[in-house]
Amino acid sequence: MSKAKDILLRPVFFENPIGIQVLGVCSALAVTSKLETALVMFGAVTAVTAFSSALISLIRNHIPSNIRIIVQMTIIASLVIVADQILKAYFFSVSKQMSVYVGLIITNCIVLGRAEAFAMKNGPWLSFLDGIGNGLGYGVILVLLGFIRELFGSGKLLGFTILSLANDGGWYQPNGLMLLPPSAFFLIGFFIWALKSWKKELIEKD
Amino acid sequence: MLGKDSVKKTLLVSILLCLVCSVLVSGSAVLLKPIQQMNKELDMKTNILAAGGLLEVGISVDELFKKVRPVVVDLLTGEIVTDIDVNKFDQYVSQKDPRFTYVIPRSSDLAGIKIRSKYSKVYLVLDDYGISEIILPVHGKGLWSTMYGFMALDKDTTTVKGFSFYSHGETPGLGGEVDNSSWKKLWQGKKLYDDNWVSSLNVIKGVVDKSNEKAVYQVDGLSGATLTSNGVSNIISYWSSHDGFAKFLEKVRSGGVQL
Repeated sequence: MSKAKDILLRPVFFENPIGIQVLGVCSALAVTSKLETALVMFGAVTAVTAFSSALISLIRNHIPSNIRIIVQMTIIASLVIVADQILKAYFFSVSKQMSVYVGLIITNCIVLGRAEAFAMKNGPWLSFLDGIGNGLGYGVILVLLGFIRELFGSGKLLGFTILSLANDGGWYQPNGLMLLPPSAFFLIGFFIWALKSWKKELIEKD
Repeated sequence: MLGKDSVKKTLLVSILLCLVCSVLVSGSAVLLKPIQQMNKELDMKTNILAAGGLLEVGISVDELFKKVRPVVVDLLTGEIVTDIDVNKFDQYVSQKDPRFTYVIPRSSDLAGIKIRSKYSKVYLVLDDYGISEIILPVHGKGLWSTMYGFMALDKDTTTVKGFSFYSHGETPGLGGEVDNSSWKKLWQGKKLYDDNWVSSLNVIKGVVDKSNEKAVYQVDGLSGATLTSNGVSNIISYWSSHDGFAKFLEKVRSGGVQL
């Protein structure tokens, strides 16, 4: 595998930010009760991670090391505000549902983690790919959670009814737990289990 | 060439960075503002139609909103004010303008809002025979936040057609359940005033006993959210009082509202 492809795809399974590094779990619980919000969050985080990594990498040789975290946070915060403004303009209803969680992308450990661990040491193009890759890794889990939670919690996908609900005269009794944040915790647990059973080399040794 | 960690370089980098970032942030905010404003207006129209139970699938909000006539009402006299552009008027902005501010006397400030605008927007839903529904904007303190909502009344000015909050900051899952659609449905058909036109509707603690003759003036409380529920009762008491919309509603009943 070429280096660029490797950087892009490794975070999706081998170094999945949620599954292996267990980063960004807070937002994964908060925005995945519907597939739509999960998808939008996936897009927003991927864009912010990719562009912040690329920008930070671009000026990495000029950033004084004693203020580097502040510099990184300033860039990330600005990009998050831009992302929030764009969502408010073009995805108004979704951005209303996501309320504070768009702004909280700033605190998502994945973004700062990639800036500090990767972008400070690598070139802009590779950092950009690394950001996309980590966004994808985060997004895969988000979309999976959103899919399962919306389907079993409210019998719908992207707002379209798939399983007709009992209180609308159908046959499906929705699982209310799926709409609550703790269900995402259980699902993430199962996902990590499945991932580590499939790739035995990912299991940490004591 | 300056050293990477020198004081000068540190200052230079931070100043440049702040400049670039502030241009980026303010640029995006200014450029996208018109679209965001349009979204907000559409959202407000949707909220008004939803409170009045007028939303229909497949028909655009703007089309449905043609039935709705917004007017500005002077709450002191109950008269419709004609010399103000209704499309530009916003009572939540103008309440801070000295020309419009009305300081609510402490004894009648049930909703805990201290000041309000002298005038308020009211949305009249029209059909072929005249006014068919009246949608009133209301607001007041809940437990943590000021809650903003719409109450839709039938043309008899007492039967509730719908009641919902579009903006609040109450605890999700407890007070935040003022958004809950099955709770909102409980309001339909309740009466705001009793037979002597005394404001009577309130949220009680627990579940309404349907056999009680007062049941038509009572709505189930939200469990775990007594203070938010009290806030909702207070909002209704204030806005249905003579300090609120009572005078305007009297005018509507007596046929004194000419369009």
